[in-house]
Amino acid sequence: MYSKKKKYVTKAATSHGQDIWRNFRANRLALAAAVVLLLIIIMALACELFIDYDTQVVGMDPRARLQGPSAEHWFGTDSAGRDLFARVLYGTRYSLIFGIGCTFFSMLLGCLLGATAAYYGGVYDAILMRVLDALMCIPYMLLLLMIVAVMGRGIYPMILAITIASVPGYTRIVRSVVLSVAQQDFIEAARSCGSTDRYIVLHHILPNAVGPIIVDAMMSIASTIMSAAGLSYIGMGIQPPTPEWGNMLSDAMKYMRTNPSMAIFPGVALVITALCFNLVGDGMADAIDPRRRK
Amino acid sequence: MAEKVLVDARNLVKTFKASKGEVQAVTDVSLKIYRGETLSLVGESGCGKSTLGRLLIRLIELNSGSIQFDGTELTTLKKKELRDFRRKMQLIFQDPYASLDPRFTIEKCISEPLRAAGYSAQQQHEAVLELAEKTGINPEHLGRYPHQFSGGQRQRVGIARAIALHPELIVCDEPVSALDVSIQAQTLNLLHELQEELQLTYLFISHDLGVVRYISDRVCVMFLGRVCEIGTTSEIYEHPRHPYTNYLLRATPQIGKKAIGKEQLLSGEIPSPINPPSGCRFRTRCPYATERCAQEVPQLTGEESHQVACHYPRKFETEGDAQR
Repeated sequence: MYSKKKKYVTKAATSHGQDIWRNFRANRLALAAAVVLLLIIIMALACELFIDYDTQVVGMDPRARLQGPSAEHWFGTDSAGRDLFARVLYGTRYSLIFGIGCTFFSMLLGCLLGATAAYYGGVYDAILMRVLDALMCIPYMLLLLMIVAVMGRGIYPMILAITIASVPGYTRIVRSVVLSVAQQDFIEAARSCGSTDRYIVLHHILPNAVGPIIVDAMMSIASTIMSAAGLSYIGMGIQPPTPEWGNMLSDAMKYMRTNPSMAIFPGVALVITALCFNLVGDGMADAIDPRRRK
Repeated sequence: MAEKVLVDARNLVKTFKASKGEVQAVTDVSLKIYRGETLSLVGESGCGKSTLGRLLIRLIELNSGSIQFDGTELTTLKKKELRDFRRKMQLIFQDPYASLDPRFTIEKCISEPLRAAGYSAQQQHEAVLELAEKTGINPEHLGRYPHQFSGGQRQRVGIARAIALHPELIVCDEPVSALDVSIQAQTLNLLHELQEELQLTYLFISHDLGVVRYISDRVCVMFLGRVCEIGTTSEIYEHPRHPYTNYLLRATPQIGKKAIGKEQLLSGEIPSPINPPSGCRFRTRCPYATERCAQEVPQLTGEESHQVACHYPRKFETEGDAQR
């Protein structure tokens, strides 16, 4: 046994954040995706520094239409002679705004509804869940179209539509995560040693619930970006001439055979962005849950 | 055995709502726990052992009954009062993995009760080091997380948490049944040492009769929410009087003994706790049951050292004991 007088220096405990970061780092694929994602975000934020949209796109040269990739136009030009690289680059902004913005708002609402449903339970829970069940019966895309049809087209109606359509799913996820954490033995253990409800909620339930919720949000950014592009593609979202990947793809349809680069570049940008969010989300899921490691 | 009663529980009733009706988990149970003793609760799965253990420290609310804990009536305590009272009664969990927050370091796990009791950070740290030493946790490992620990080490953390506030009663809910046999012995010895050092009282819930015999002063046998028989360990093991106790003891395999014959095996299933048999709950499986067993609920009778709830208590031979 240890003598009482001896001083022990406990090994510097790695904080949970450091621990997660170390484990995330170990996953090479997720790390690479995170780096690419970071680059994408930086480019989206700073695209004015690289390219002046007014000269490259608005001040287009209609004679230089439908060109393939060249030194002057890296991604070629579209049917109106606009520089595709500039448009793809500026399009990143819209996709990120939709992906991150809509997920953020719907997650916020979902957390509020889901956590209160799990906490209060009873009639409130039952009614809320049935209403959301009813909403979930309507196919996602159809629900988006319905809301857009009512609200009109444009950025804000679209954000609102995606947010509303995603809330039921998030609410269910948050509710089930909170419920599953609250039923764990360590919550009872905390109660039995005299911890207050406040402490239990803030230090046990929340930290244990936040991980899975963030991971889920990360993954759903990808699908949100996809559905935003989908809406624009069928002409119900962002309207041309705004450079959004979905409506760029829609433009490209007519020239698919003669000038495929018009479709390839926005398409690839869309896939890479969505894939990166997915991979990062997956890596976070592994890193965040100590039980999923090794 | 010290003579002073620490816990005096009377007529405890707990029912749970189920989809098909109400489950009577604990029906009209009265028992006393003496200071400094180890009282074991045994019985098969679903007989209400764990529920009773949690009722006694009011971790779940009871439907009716009264619990005197060291002279204080537990059942009427308000939420805040109860929280302060919790330091006197602690719980050790069966699953040492699920009962530790995976996001807490071992140090944080052990100091949680201390923090709840208002210790300063410095006091907490000192107390944790002392507790780690007492329970055999390497202080260098305090910064680790529960998932980096083995089952036995984790259970030591659970024990350290439980003794942190110098409680009087510790309810041990199958503390060793999730552990390897070799680790079981270590853990039991640790519990035993701590009991002597800190004058602890244990309510030991288990279905392992070997472990129970080793650790208890008294044993309480439960069947379907009721107490069948309660008495000193030697009385229960050597002179069981309730048919159910007899079957339980016989069901323990022993080296050097022939497998028990078919006629000695208990037939049938446990009756549903939603709609338990009238009278004696064991009667549907009891070979000695009569008409009276269906009508009257048998009450615990006999001397304090050995009480049995059976209309026809008998003396059973326990051949296995001749060898001991």
